[in-house]
Amino acid sequence: MTAVVSAPPSAEPAVAGPRRRRRRYTGWAFAAPFTVLFLVFALLPVVASLVMSVTDMRATDLRTPFAVNFVGLDNYTRLFSDDLFVRSAVNTLVFVVVGVPLTIVAAMAAANGLNSGLIRFRTMFRVGFYLPVVTSIVAIAVIWRFLLDPEAGLVNNLLAQIGITGPNWLGDTRTSLASIIVMAAWRNFGSLMVIFLAALQGIPNDLYEAARLDGAGRWAQFRRITLPLMRPALLFGAVITGIGYLQLFEEPLVMTQGGPLSSTLSVSYHIYNQFGFGNYGYAAAASYVLFVAIVALSVLQFRLLGNRDD
Amino acid sequence: MTRDRIARTSLYVILVAGLLVVVGPFLWMLLSSFKTEAEIRSVPPTWWPSTWSLANYRDLFDRLDFPQYFANSAIVAVLVTLGNLLFCSLLGYALAKLDFPGRRALFLTVLGMLMVPGMVTFVPQFVLVSNMGLANSYAGLVLPFLAGPFGVFLMRQFLLAIPDDLIEAARVDGAGEWRIFWRVVLPLCKPALATLGILTFLSSWNNFLWPLVVATTDDKYTLPVALALYAIGQNRIYYGLLLAGAVVVVVPVLIVFLALQRHFMRGIATTGLK
Repeated sequence: MTAVVSAPPSAEPAVAGPRRRRRRYTGWAFAAPFTVLFLVFALLPVVASLVMSVTDMRATDLRTPFAVNFVGLDNYTRLFSDDLFVRSAVNTLVFVVVGVPLTIVAAMAAANGLNSGLIRFRTMFRVGFYLPVVTSIVAIAVIWRFLLDPEAGLVNNLLAQIGITGPNWLGDTRTSLASIIVMAAWRNFGSLMVIFLAALQGIPNDLYEAARLDGAGRWAQFRRITLPLMRPALLFGAVITGIGYLQLFEEPLVMTQGGPLSSTLSVSYHIYNQFGFGNYGYAAAASYVLFVAIVALSVLQFRLLGNRDD
Repeated sequence: MTRDRIARTSLYVILVAGLLVVVGPFLWMLLSSFKTEAEIRSVPPTWWPSTWSLANYRDLFDRLDFPQYFANSAIVAVLVTLGNLLFCSLLGYALAKLDFPGRRALFLTVLGMLMVPGMVTFVPQFVLVSNMGLANSYAGLVLPFLAGPFGVFLMRQFLLAIPDDLIEAARVDGAGEWRIFWRVVLPLCKPALATLGILTFLSSWNNFLWPLVVATTDDKYTLPVALALYAIGQNRIYYGLLLAGAVVVVVPVLIVFLALQRHFMRGIATTGLK
Protein backbone atom coordinates (compact mmCIF):
# COMPACT_ATOMS: atom_id res chain seq x y z
CA MET A 1 0.00 0.00 0.00
CA THR A 2 2.72 2.43 1.00
CA ALA A 3 4.67 1.52 -2.11
CA VAL A 4 1.79 2.66 -4.25
CA VAL A 5 1.62 6.03 -2.52
CA SER A 6 5.34 6.78 -2.36
CA ALA A 7 6.34 5.50 -5.81
CA PRO A 8 3.77 6.25 -8.47
CA PRO A 9 5.79 4.67 -11.35
CA SER A 10 5.41 1.22 -9.78
CA ALA A 11 1.67 1.61 -9.42
CA GLU A 12 1.03 -0.53 -12.44
CA PRO A 13 2.88 -3.65 -11.22
CA ALA A 14 1.25 -3.22 -7.85
CA VAL A 15 -2.13 -3.45 -9.52
CA ALA A 16 -1.09 -6.21 -11.91
CA GLY A 17 0.48 -8.28 -9.13
CA PRO A 18 -2.65 -9.46 -7.35
CA ARG A 19 -4.44 -9.70 -10.66
CA ARG A 20 -1.76 -11.92 -12.10
CA ARG A 21 -1.83 -14.01 -8.96
CA ARG A 22 -5.59 -14.32 -9.28
CA ARG A 23 -5.14 -15.33 -12.92
CA ARG A 24 -2.74 -18.04 -11.76
CA TYR A 25 -5.32 -19.66 -9.55
CA THR A 26 -7.86 -19.28 -12.32
CA GLY A 27 -5.56 -21.12 -14.73
CA TRP A 28 -5.21 -24.07 -12.41
CA ALA A 29 -8.91 -24.00 -11.55
CA PHE A 30 -9.68 -24.47 -15.25
CA ALA A 31 -6.96 -27.06 -15.67
CA ALA A 32 -7.77 -29.05 -12.51
CA PRO A 33 -10.69 -31.28 -13.57
CA PHE A 34 -8.86 -32.65 -16.60
CA THR A 35 -5.55 -32.85 -14.78
CA VAL A 36 -6.96 -34.91 -11.91
CA LEU A 37 -8.56 -37.43 -14.27
CA PHE A 38 -5.43 -37.45 -16.40
CA LEU A 39 -3.18 -38.08 -13.39
CA VAL A 40 -5.29 -40.95 -12.10
CA PHE A 41 -6.23 -42.70 -15.34
CA ALA A 42 -3.28 -41.94 -17.64
CA LEU A 43 -0.12 -40.79 -15.90
CA LEU A 44 -0.41 -43.08 -12.88
CA PRO A 45 -0.90 -46.15 -15.13
CA VAL A 46 2.12 -45.15 -17.26
CA VAL A 47 4.31 -45.03 -14.15
CA ALA A 48 2.65 -48.10 -12.64
CA SER A 49 3.35 -50.04 -15.80
CA LEU A 50 7.06 -49.23 -15.56
CA VAL A 51 7.11 -50.30 -11.92
CA MET A 52 5.12 -53.47 -12.65
CA SER A 53 7.60 -54.38 -15.37
CA VAL A 54 10.34 -54.94 -12.78
CA THR A 55 8.15 -57.05 -10.51
CA ASP A 56 6.70 -60.54 -10.68
CA MET A 57 3.11 -59.27 -10.46
CA ARG A 58 0.46 -61.73 -11.54
CA ALA A 59 -3.32 -61.75 -11.72
CA THR A 60 -3.44 -63.30 -8.23
CA ASP A 61 -1.90 -60.04 -6.90
CA LEU A 62 -4.76 -58.00 -8.37
CA ARG A 63 -6.16 -57.06 -4.95
CA THR A 64 -2.75 -56.59 -3.33
CA PRO A 65 -0.72 -54.84 -6.02
CA PHE A 66 1.93 -53.66 -3.56
CA ALA A 67 2.77 -57.10 -2.17
CA VAL A 68 4.90 -58.19 -5.12
CA ASN A 69 8.60 -58.99 -5.48
CA PHE A 70 11.19 -56.89 -7.24
CA VAL A 71 12.81 -58.95 -10.00
CA GLY A 72 15.00 -56.37 -11.71
CA LEU A 73 15.22 -56.72 -15.46
CA ASP A 74 14.23 -60.39 -15.47
CA ASN A 75 11.03 -59.75 -17.42
CA TYR A 76 12.97 -57.88 -20.09
CA THR A 77 15.64 -60.54 -20.52
CA ARG A 78 12.97 -63.24 -20.61
CA LEU A 79 11.17 -61.37 -23.37
CA PHE A 80 14.01 -61.68 -25.81
CA SER A 81 14.37 -65.40 -25.24
CA ASP A 82 10.61 -65.86 -25.66
CA ASP A 83 10.14 -67.29 -29.14
CA LEU A 84 6.56 -66.04 -29.34
CA PHE A 85 7.58 -62.50 -28.46
CA VAL A 86 10.32 -62.54 -31.10
CA ARG A 87 7.86 -63.95 -33.60
CA SER A 88 5.32 -61.25 -32.76
CA ALA A 89 8.00 -58.56 -33.07
CA VAL A 90 8.98 -59.81 -36.53
CA ASN A 91 5.32 -59.94 -37.62
CA THR A 92 4.73 -56.41 -36.34
CA LEU A 93 7.82 -55.13 -38.10
CA VAL A 94 6.74 -56.69 -41.40
CA PHE A 95 3.29 -55.18 -40.91
CA VAL A 96 4.77 -51.71 -40.38
CA VAL A 97 7.43 -51.87 -43.09
CA VAL A 98 4.97 -53.04 -45.75
CA GLY A 99 1.77 -51.51 -44.41
CA VAL A 100 2.88 -47.91 -43.86
CA PRO A 101 4.19 -47.32 -47.42
CA LEU A 102 1.19 -49.13 -48.90
CA THR A 103 -1.23 -46.95 -46.95
CA ILE A 104 0.64 -43.78 -47.87
CA VAL A 105 0.75 -44.64 -51.56
CA ALA A 106 -2.98 -45.41 -51.62
CA ALA A 107 -3.75 -42.17 -49.77
CA MET A 108 -1.50 -40.13 -52.09
CA ALA A 109 -3.11 -41.64 -55.17
CA ALA A 110 -6.61 -40.92 -53.90
CA ALA A 111 -5.74 -37.39 -52.76
CA ASN A 112 -4.04 -36.47 -56.03
CA GLY A 113 -6.83 -37.99 -58.08
CA LEU A 114 -9.44 -35.99 -56.20
CA ASN A 115 -7.39 -32.81 -56.27
CA SER A 116 -6.67 -32.84 -60.01
CA GLY A 117 -9.56 -30.52 -60.75
CA LEU A 118 -10.91 -32.91 -63.36
CA ILE A 119 -13.29 -34.64 -61.07
CA ARG A 120 -16.89 -33.95 -60.19
CA PHE A 121 -18.63 -35.62 -57.24
CA ARG A 122 -15.54 -35.02 -55.14
CA THR A 123 -17.51 -35.15 -51.90
CA MET A 124 -18.97 -38.52 -52.85
CA PHE A 125 -15.53 -40.02 -53.47
CA ARG A 126 -14.08 -38.46 -50.35
CA VAL A 127 -16.88 -39.70 -48.13
CA GLY A 128 -16.71 -43.15 -49.74
CA PHE A 129 -12.97 -43.50 -49.23
CA TYR A 130 -13.33 -42.32 -45.67
CA LEU A 131 -16.13 -44.74 -44.77
CA PRO A 132 -13.94 -47.60 -43.42
CA VAL A 133 -12.18 -45.17 -41.05
CA VAL A 134 -15.38 -44.51 -39.13
CA THR A 135 -16.51 -48.12 -39.05
CA SER A 136 -16.09 -50.38 -36.04
CA ILE A 137 -13.22 -52.83 -36.49
CA VAL A 138 -15.49 -55.64 -35.39
CA ALA A 139 -17.95 -54.91 -38.18
CA ILE A 140 -15.08 -54.64 -40.65
CA ALA A 141 -13.70 -57.96 -39.48
CA VAL A 142 -17.09 -59.59 -40.01
CA ILE A 143 -17.27 -58.17 -43.53
CA TRP A 144 -13.72 -59.18 -44.45
CA ARG A 145 -13.97 -62.68 -43.04
CA PHE A 146 -16.99 -63.08 -45.24
CA LEU A 147 -15.22 -61.57 -48.28
CA LEU A 148 -12.18 -63.79 -47.78
CA ASP A 149 -14.09 -66.98 -46.98
CA PRO A 150 -12.39 -69.64 -49.15
CA GLU A 151 -15.69 -71.02 -50.51
CA ALA A 152 -18.49 -68.50 -50.14
CA GLY A 153 -16.30 -65.39 -50.24
CA LEU A 154 -16.55 -62.77 -52.95
CA VAL A 155 -12.78 -62.54 -53.51
CA ASN A 156 -12.18 -66.17 -54.38
CA ASN A 157 -15.34 -66.33 -56.50
CA LEU A 158 -14.18 -63.34 -58.52
CA LEU A 159 -10.76 -65.01 -58.92
CA ALA A 160 -12.48 -68.22 -60.01
CA GLN A 161 -14.14 -66.36 -62.86
CA ILE A 162 -10.72 -65.64 -64.35
CA GLY A 163 -9.60 -69.19 -63.68
CA ILE A 164 -7.57 -68.71 -60.51
CA THR A 165 -8.11 -70.86 -57.44
CA GLY A 166 -7.78 -68.46 -54.55
CA PRO A 167 -6.04 -69.56 -51.36
CA ASN A 168 -7.57 -69.82 -47.91
CA TRP A 169 -6.49 -66.25 -47.26
CA LEU A 170 -6.77 -66.09 -43.49
CA GLY A 171 -6.19 -69.79 -42.87
CA ASP A 172 -2.87 -70.17 -44.68
CA THR A 173 0.36 -69.02 -43.04
CA ARG A 174 1.64 -67.74 -46.40
CA THR A 175 -1.25 -65.31 -46.96
CA SER A 176 -2.63 -64.51 -43.50
CA LEU A 177 -0.34 -61.60 -42.62
CA ALA A 178 -0.53 -60.20 -46.16
CA SER A 179 -4.34 -60.25 -45.92
CA ILE A 180 -4.20 -58.33 -42.64
CA ILE A 181 -1.83 -55.78 -44.17
CA VAL A 182 -4.07 -55.15 -47.17
CA MET A 183 -7.11 -54.91 -44.94
CA ALA A 184 -5.40 -52.39 -42.67
CA ALA A 185 -4.34 -50.24 -45.64
CA TRP A 186 -7.90 -50.45 -46.98
CA ARG A 187 -9.26 -49.38 -43.62
CA ASN A 188 -6.84 -46.54 -42.86
CA PHE A 189 -5.87 -44.80 -46.08
CA GLY A 190 -8.96 -42.58 -45.93
CA SER A 191 -7.78 -40.52 -42.98
CA LEU A 192 -4.36 -39.92 -44.57
CA MET A 193 -6.11 -38.96 -47.78
CA VAL A 194 -7.93 -36.16 -45.98
CA ILE A 195 -4.65 -34.87 -44.51
CA PHE A 196 -2.94 -35.04 -47.90
CA LEU A 197 -5.87 -33.30 -49.60
CA ALA A 198 -5.56 -30.42 -47.16
CA ALA A 199 -1.83 -30.21 -47.89
CA LEU A 200 -2.39 -30.36 -51.67
CA GLN A 201 -4.86 -27.51 -51.49
CA GLY A 202 -2.16 -25.42 -49.83
CA ILE A 203 0.13 -25.64 -52.86
CA PRO A 204 -0.23 -22.47 -54.97
CA ASN A 205 -1.62 -23.10 -58.45
CA ASP A 206 0.89 -20.65 -60.00
CA LEU A 207 3.65 -23.18 -59.47
CA TYR A 208 1.91 -25.72 -61.68
CA GLU A 209 1.08 -23.11 -64.30
CA ALA A 210 4.68 -21.97 -64.46
CA ALA A 211 5.83 -25.58 -64.78
CA ARG A 212 3.30 -26.21 -67.55
CA LEU A 213 4.58 -23.17 -69.45
CA ASP A 214 8.05 -24.66 -69.13
CA GLY A 215 6.67 -27.80 -70.75
CA ALA A 216 6.66 -30.04 -67.70
CA GLY A 217 4.36 -33.06 -67.95
CA ARG A 218 2.06 -34.31 -65.22
CA TRP A 219 4.62 -36.73 -63.82
CA ALA A 220 7.37 -34.10 -63.78
CA GLN A 221 5.01 -31.67 -62.03
CA PHE A 222 4.20 -34.32 -59.45
CA ARG A 223 7.86 -35.15 -58.81
CA ARG A 224 9.25 -31.61 -58.86
CA ILE A 225 6.44 -29.67 -57.19
CA THR A 226 3.91 -31.85 -55.42
CA LEU A 227 6.25 -34.30 -53.70
CA PRO A 228 8.72 -31.74 -52.28
CA LEU A 229 5.95 -29.46 -51.04
CA MET A 230 4.07 -32.39 -49.53
CA ARG A 231 7.06 -33.49 -47.50
CA PRO A 232 5.80 -32.18 -44.13
CA ALA A 233 2.40 -33.80 -44.66
CA LEU A 234 4.03 -37.05 -45.78
CA LEU A 235 6.30 -37.07 -42.75
CA PHE A 236 3.35 -36.42 -40.48
CA GLY A 237 1.35 -39.16 -42.18
CA ALA A 238 4.22 -41.63 -41.92
CA VAL A 239 4.73 -40.91 -38.22
CA ILE A 240 1.10 -41.21 -37.14
CA THR A 241 0.53 -44.28 -39.32
CA GLY A 242 3.72 -45.84 -37.96
CA ILE A 243 2.64 -45.18 -34.37
CA GLY A 244 -0.75 -46.73 -35.10
CA TYR A 245 0.56 -49.73 -37.02
CA LEU A 246 3.18 -50.64 -34.42
CA GLN A 247 0.23 -51.17 -32.09
CA LEU A 248 -1.45 -53.62 -34.45
CA PHE A 249 -3.94 -55.54 -32.36
CA GLU A 250 -7.61 -55.43 -33.18
CA GLU A 251 -7.32 -56.70 -36.74
CA PRO A 252 -5.65 -60.02 -35.86
CA LEU A 253 -7.76 -60.36 -32.71
CA VAL A 254 -11.02 -60.31 -34.60
CA MET A 255 -9.83 -61.79 -37.91
CA THR A 256 -7.43 -64.61 -37.08
CA GLN A 257 -6.91 -64.71 -33.29
CA GLY A 258 -3.21 -64.41 -34.10
CA GLY A 259 -3.15 -67.61 -36.15
CA PRO A 260 -2.62 -69.72 -38.05
CA LEU A 261 0.52 -70.86 -36.18
CA SER A 262 1.12 -67.36 -34.77
CA SER A 263 1.62 -65.97 -38.28
CA THR A 264 -0.47 -62.89 -37.42
CA LEU A 265 0.46 -62.58 -33.75
CA SER A 266 1.48 -58.95 -33.08
CA VAL A 267 3.34 -57.49 -30.10
CA SER A 268 0.20 -55.86 -28.69
CA TYR A 269 -1.68 -59.12 -29.13
CA HIS A 270 1.09 -61.00 -27.33
CA ILE A 271 0.87 -58.49 -24.47
CA TYR A 272 -2.90 -58.95 -24.36
CA ASN A 273 -2.45 -62.73 -24.21
CA GLN A 274 0.09 -62.44 -21.40
CA PHE A 275 -2.38 -60.24 -19.54
CA GLY A 276 -5.00 -62.94 -20.12
CA PHE A 277 -2.64 -65.60 -18.69
CA GLY A 278 -2.25 -63.35 -15.64
CA ASN A 279 1.42 -62.42 -16.24
CA TYR A 280 0.97 -58.74 -15.46
CA GLY A 281 4.65 -57.88 -14.82
CA TYR A 282 5.74 -59.62 -17.99
CA ALA A 283 3.01 -57.93 -20.05
CA ALA A 284 4.04 -54.53 -18.66
CA ALA A 285 7.68 -55.13 -19.66
CA ALA A 286 6.62 -56.05 -23.19
CA SER A 287 4.47 -52.91 -23.39
CA TYR A 288 7.47 -50.75 -22.49
CA VAL A 289 9.54 -52.38 -25.21
CA LEU A 290 6.74 -51.45 -27.61
CA PHE A 291 6.76 -47.90 -26.26
CA VAL A 292 10.50 -47.59 -26.88
CA ALA A 293 10.02 -48.97 -30.40
CA ILE A 294 7.36 -46.34 -31.12
CA VAL A 295 9.60 -43.50 -29.96
CA ALA A 296 12.52 -44.94 -31.95
CA LEU A 297 10.48 -45.29 -35.13
CA SER A 298 9.19 -41.72 -34.84
CA VAL A 299 12.72 -40.37 -34.37
CA LEU A 300 13.96 -42.45 -37.31
CA GLN A 301 11.22 -41.16 -39.58
CA PHE A 302 11.98 -37.56 -38.64
CA ARG A 303 15.62 -38.24 -39.54
CA LEU A 304 14.81 -39.93 -42.85
CA LEU A 305 11.94 -37.79 -44.07
CA GLY A 306 12.57 -34.57 -42.20
CA ASN A 307 14.06 -31.44 -43.67
CA ARG A 308 17.22 -32.40 -45.52
CA ASP A 309 18.27 -28.85 -46.14
CA ASP A 310 19.60 -28.16 -42.69
CA MET B 1 -7.91 -31.51 -75.74
CA THR B 2 -8.36 -35.20 -76.53
CA ARG B 3 -5.39 -35.90 -74.28
CA ASP B 4 -7.24 -34.15 -71.51
CA ARG B 5 -10.31 -36.21 -72.19
CA ILE B 6 -8.30 -39.43 -72.02
CA ALA B 7 -6.71 -38.32 -68.77
CA ARG B 8 -10.08 -37.42 -67.33
CA THR B 9 -11.70 -40.70 -68.38
CA SER B 10 -8.89 -42.86 -67.02
CA LEU B 11 -8.93 -40.92 -63.78
CA TYR B 12 -12.66 -41.54 -63.40
CA VAL B 13 -12.18 -45.23 -64.14
CA ILE B 14 -9.46 -45.53 -61.49
CA LEU B 15 -11.40 -43.57 -58.88
CA VAL B 16 -14.64 -45.44 -59.48
CA ALA B 17 -12.75 -48.74 -59.27
CA GLY B 18 -11.23 -47.56 -56.00
CA LEU B 19 -14.64 -46.55 -54.71
CA LEU B 20 -16.03 -50.00 -55.56
CA VAL B 21 -13.19 -51.67 -53.68
CA VAL B 22 -13.82 -49.50 -50.63
CA VAL B 23 -17.62 -49.24 -50.59
CA GLY B 24 -18.43 -52.54 -52.34
CA PRO B 25 -17.84 -54.66 -49.22
CA PHE B 26 -20.28 -52.48 -47.27
CA LEU B 27 -22.95 -52.89 -49.93
CA TRP B 28 -22.37 -56.62 -49.98
CA MET B 29 -22.73 -56.69 -46.20
CA LEU B 30 -26.00 -54.78 -46.34
CA LEU B 31 -27.49 -56.88 -49.15
CA SER B 32 -26.28 -60.18 -47.71
CA SER B 33 -27.78 -59.43 -44.31
CA PHE B 34 -31.19 -59.83 -45.97
CA LYS B 35 -30.35 -63.21 -47.50
CA THR B 36 -31.02 -66.62 -46.01
CA GLU B 37 -28.02 -68.47 -44.56
CA ALA B 38 -28.26 -70.95 -47.46
CA GLU B 39 -28.11 -68.20 -50.06
CA ILE B 40 -25.20 -66.55 -48.27
CA ARG B 41 -23.24 -69.76 -48.58
CA SER B 42 -24.24 -70.48 -52.17
CA VAL B 43 -21.47 -70.73 -54.77
CA PRO B 44 -21.19 -68.58 -56.83
CA PRO B 45 -22.42 -65.86 -54.48
CA THR B 46 -25.32 -63.63 -55.43
CA TRP B 47 -25.33 -59.84 -55.20
CA TRP B 48 -29.05 -59.23 -55.00
CA PRO B 49 -31.00 -61.36 -52.48
CA SER B 50 -33.25 -63.80 -54.36
CA THR B 51 -35.73 -63.60 -51.50
CA TRP B 52 -35.59 -60.75 -49.01
CA SER B 53 -35.65 -62.12 -45.50
CA LEU B 54 -35.60 -60.42 -42.13
CA ALA B 55 -34.78 -63.69 -40.39
CA ASN B 56 -31.22 -62.64 -39.55
CA TYR B 57 -32.41 -59.50 -37.81
CA ARG B 58 -35.15 -61.39 -35.98
CA ASP B 59 -32.58 -63.95 -34.80
CA LEU B 60 -30.30 -61.16 -33.70
CA PHE B 61 -32.91 -59.72 -31.40
CA ASP B 62 -34.23 -63.11 -30.25
CA ARG B 63 -30.93 -64.75 -29.45
CA LEU B 64 -28.98 -61.74 -28.28
CA ASP B 65 -30.13 -58.79 -26.24
CA PHE B 66 -29.27 -56.22 -28.88
CA PRO B 67 -31.44 -53.36 -27.57
CA GLN B 68 -29.52 -53.60 -24.28
CA TYR B 69 -26.11 -53.54 -26.05
CA PHE B 70 -27.27 -50.65 -28.17
CA ALA B 71 -28.34 -48.70 -25.08
CA ASN B 72 -25.03 -49.49 -23.33
CA SER B 73 -23.02 -48.27 -26.31
CA ALA B 74 -25.09 -45.09 -26.45
CA ILE B 75 -24.88 -44.37 -22.70
CA VAL B 76 -21.10 -44.85 -22.62
CA ALA B 77 -20.52 -42.84 -25.79
CA VAL B 78 -22.70 -39.93 -24.63
CA LEU B 79 -21.03 -39.73 -21.20
CA VAL B 80 -17.53 -39.97 -22.67
CA THR B 81 -18.35 -37.29 -25.23
CA LEU B 82 -19.85 -34.87 -22.69
CA GLY B 83 -16.88 -35.37 -20.39
CA ASN B 84 -14.35 -34.68 -23.11
CA LEU B 85 -16.21 -31.61 -24.35
CA LEU B 86 -16.21 -30.12 -20.86
CA PHE B 87 -12.80 -31.13 -19.51
CA CYS B 88 -10.86 -30.62 -22.75
CA SER B 89 -12.32 -27.18 -23.42
CA LEU B 90 -11.58 -26.11 -19.82
CA LEU B 91 -7.96 -27.19 -20.06
CA GLY B 92 -7.62 -26.09 -23.68
CA TYR B 93 -8.76 -22.60 -22.68
CA ALA B 94 -6.37 -22.47 -19.73
CA LEU B 95 -3.46 -23.58 -21.93
CA ALA B 96 -4.24 -21.16 -24.72
CA LYS B 97 -5.36 -18.04 -22.88
CA LEU B 98 -4.43 -18.12 -19.20
CA ASP B 99 -0.99 -17.81 -17.72
CA PHE B 100 -0.22 -20.14 -14.85
CA PRO B 101 2.88 -21.84 -13.50
CA GLY B 102 3.49 -25.27 -15.00
CA ARG B 103 1.45 -24.50 -18.08
CA ARG B 104 4.07 -25.60 -20.58
CA ALA B 105 5.02 -28.72 -18.65
CA LEU B 106 1.37 -29.72 -18.38
CA PHE B 107 0.79 -29.25 -22.10
CA LEU B 108 3.87 -31.26 -23.05
CA THR B 109 2.93 -34.07 -20.67
CA VAL B 110 -0.58 -34.29 -22.08
CA LEU B 111 0.75 -34.15 -25.63
CA GLY B 112 3.39 -36.80 -24.90
CA MET B 113 0.59 -39.14 -23.86
CA LEU B 114 -0.42 -39.35 -27.52
CA MET B 115 2.74 -41.38 -28.15
CA VAL B 116 2.15 -43.88 -25.36
CA PRO B 117 0.76 -47.14 -26.73
CA GLY B 118 -2.57 -48.22 -25.29
CA MET B 119 -1.03 -51.46 -24.05
CA VAL B 120 1.22 -49.56 -21.59
CA THR B 121 -1.73 -48.18 -19.64
CA PHE B 122 -4.05 -51.09 -20.27
CA VAL B 123 -2.97 -53.48 -17.49
CA PRO B 124 -2.55 -50.87 -14.69
CA GLN B 125 -5.86 -49.29 -15.68
CA PHE B 126 -7.50 -52.65 -15.29
CA VAL B 127 -5.87 -53.18 -11.87
CA LEU B 128 -6.94 -49.68 -10.85
CA VAL B 129 -10.53 -49.96 -12.01
CA SER B 130 -10.87 -53.42 -10.42
CA ASN B 131 -9.58 -52.13 -7.08
CA MET B 132 -11.95 -49.16 -7.22
CA GLY B 133 -14.72 -51.74 -7.44
CA LEU B 134 -15.73 -50.45 -10.85
CA ALA B 135 -15.27 -53.59 -12.94
CA ASN B 136 -18.38 -54.36 -14.96
CA SER B 137 -19.95 -50.94 -14.31
CA TYR B 138 -20.72 -47.93 -16.47
CA ALA B 139 -18.27 -45.89 -14.37
CA GLY B 140 -15.54 -48.39 -15.16
CA LEU B 141 -16.34 -48.20 -18.85
CA VAL B 142 -16.43 -44.39 -18.92
CA LEU B 143 -13.90 -43.00 -16.42
CA PRO B 144 -10.62 -43.88 -18.18
CA PHE B 145 -11.82 -42.10 -21.35
CA LEU B 146 -13.22 -38.89 -19.88
CA ALA B 147 -10.03 -36.87 -20.32
CA GLY B 148 -8.37 -37.55 -23.66
CA PRO B 149 -5.18 -35.75 -24.73
CA PHE B 150 -6.44 -35.43 -28.30
CA GLY B 151 -9.29 -33.15 -27.25
CA VAL B 152 -6.97 -30.86 -25.31
CA PHE B 153 -4.72 -30.52 -28.33
CA LEU B 154 -7.66 -29.75 -30.62
CA MET B 155 -9.27 -27.19 -28.29
CA ARG B 156 -5.97 -25.46 -27.53
CA GLN B 157 -5.08 -25.13 -31.21
CA PHE B 158 -8.50 -23.70 -31.96
CA LEU B 159 -8.46 -21.27 -29.03
CA LEU B 160 -5.00 -19.95 -29.89
CA ALA B 161 -6.50 -18.54 -33.07
CA ILE B 162 -9.18 -16.58 -31.19
CA PRO B 163 -8.09 -12.97 -30.55
CA ASP B 164 -7.32 -12.06 -26.94
CA ASP B 165 -9.21 -8.77 -27.36
CA LEU B 166 -12.58 -10.49 -27.11
CA ILE B 167 -11.66 -12.02 -23.78
CA GLU B 168 -9.93 -8.85 -22.55
CA ALA B 169 -13.01 -6.80 -23.44
CA ALA B 170 -15.19 -9.06 -21.33
CA ARG B 171 -12.68 -8.80 -18.48
CA VAL B 172 -12.71 -5.01 -18.68
CA ASP B 173 -16.50 -5.16 -18.48
CA GLY B 174 -16.01 -6.87 -15.15
CA ALA B 175 -17.10 -10.37 -16.12
CA GLY B 176 -15.70 -13.16 -13.95
CA GLU B 177 -13.41 -15.79 -15.47
CA TRP B 178 -16.02 -18.50 -15.21
CA ARG B 179 -18.64 -16.30 -16.86
CA ILE B 180 -16.21 -15.35 -19.62
CA PHE B 181 -15.59 -19.01 -20.30
CA TRP B 182 -19.28 -19.91 -20.56
CA ARG B 183 -20.58 -16.76 -22.26
CA VAL B 184 -17.68 -15.74 -24.51
CA VAL B 185 -15.24 -18.58 -25.05
CA LEU B 186 -17.50 -21.60 -25.43
CA PRO B 187 -19.87 -20.00 -27.98
CA LEU B 188 -16.83 -19.10 -30.09
CA CYS B 189 -15.65 -22.70 -29.92
CA LYS B 190 -18.73 -24.24 -31.47
CA PRO B 191 -16.98 -25.54 -34.61
CA ALA B 192 -14.17 -27.13 -32.59
CA LEU B 193 -16.64 -28.56 -30.09
CA ALA B 194 -18.65 -30.07 -32.94
CA THR B 195 -15.55 -31.72 -34.37
CA LEU B 196 -14.39 -32.98 -30.98
CA GLY B 197 -17.85 -34.20 -30.08
CA ILE B 198 -18.28 -36.22 -33.24
CA LEU B 199 -14.81 -37.73 -33.19
CA THR B 200 -15.08 -38.66 -29.51
CA PHE B 201 -18.54 -40.14 -29.87
CA LEU B 202 -17.34 -42.21 -32.78
CA SER B 203 -14.20 -43.54 -31.15
CA SER B 204 -16.18 -44.41 -28.03
CA TRP B 205 -18.92 -46.11 -30.05
CA ASN B 206 -16.28 -48.18 -31.87
CA ASN B 207 -14.09 -48.75 -28.81
CA PHE B 208 -13.52 -52.42 -28.39
CA LEU B 209 -10.68 -53.65 -26.20
CA TRP B 210 -11.54 -51.91 -22.93
CA PRO B 211 -15.24 -52.86 -22.83
CA LEU B 212 -14.26 -56.39 -23.89
CA VAL B 213 -12.19 -56.71 -20.72
CA VAL B 214 -14.19 -54.59 -18.27
CA ALA B 215 -17.74 -55.63 -19.19
CA THR B 216 -18.03 -59.16 -17.92
CA THR B 217 -21.75 -59.76 -17.97
CA ASP B 218 -24.29 -59.56 -20.73
CA ASP B 219 -26.07 -56.49 -19.32
CA LYS B 220 -22.93 -54.31 -19.67
CA TYR B 221 -21.76 -55.41 -23.14
CA THR B 222 -21.46 -52.74 -25.78
CA LEU B 223 -22.37 -53.51 -29.40
CA PRO B 224 -18.84 -54.27 -30.67
CA VAL B 225 -18.16 -56.52 -27.67
CA ALA B 226 -21.34 -58.49 -28.15
CA LEU B 227 -20.68 -58.85 -31.86
CA ALA B 228 -17.06 -59.86 -31.34
CA LEU B 229 -17.85 -62.41 -28.63
CA TYR B 230 -20.40 -63.89 -30.93
CA ALA B 231 -18.02 -63.89 -33.91
CA ILE B 232 -14.79 -64.99 -32.24
CA GLY B 233 -14.33 -68.59 -31.32
CA GLN B 234 -17.45 -69.92 -32.96
CA ASN B 235 -16.74 -73.15 -34.78
CA ARG B 236 -19.61 -72.75 -37.16
CA ILE B 237 -19.96 -69.17 -38.30
CA TYR B 238 -23.48 -67.91 -38.98
CA TYR B 239 -22.62 -65.19 -41.44
CA GLY B 240 -26.20 -64.02 -41.75
CA LEU B 241 -26.46 -63.24 -38.06
CA LEU B 242 -23.02 -61.62 -37.95
CA LEU B 243 -23.70 -59.48 -41.00
CA ALA B 244 -26.99 -58.29 -39.56
CA GLY B 245 -25.14 -57.46 -36.34
CA ALA B 246 -22.50 -55.57 -38.28
CA VAL B 247 -25.23 -53.56 -40.01
CA VAL B 248 -26.71 -52.61 -36.62
CA VAL B 249 -23.26 -51.46 -35.46
CA VAL B 250 -22.41 -49.55 -38.63
CA VAL B 251 -25.66 -47.84 -39.60
CA PRO B 252 -25.96 -45.36 -36.69
CA VAL B 253 -22.37 -44.28 -37.24
CA LEU B 254 -22.97 -44.02 -40.95
CA ILE B 255 -25.94 -41.71 -40.46
CA VAL B 256 -24.04 -39.47 -38.06
CA PHE B 257 -21.05 -39.45 -40.39
CA LEU B 258 -22.98 -38.61 -43.55
CA ALA B 259 -24.91 -35.86 -41.80
CA LEU B 260 -21.83 -34.26 -40.28
CA GLN B 261 -18.98 -35.27 -42.61
CA ARG B 262 -17.78 -31.68 -43.00
CA HIS B 263 -16.85 -31.54 -39.32
CA PHE B 264 -14.98 -34.82 -39.63
CA MET B 265 -12.92 -33.67 -42.56
CA ARG B 266 -12.06 -30.38 -40.89
CA GLY B 267 -11.11 -32.10 -37.65
CA ILE B 268 -8.80 -34.53 -39.36
CA ALA B 269 -7.27 -31.96 -41.66
CA THR B 270 -6.48 -29.53 -38.83
CA THR B 271 -5.22 -31.95 -36.23
CA GLY B 272 -4.22 -34.91 -38.32
CA LEU B 273 -5.70 -37.32 -35.84
CA LYS B 274 -8.80 -39.35 -35.88
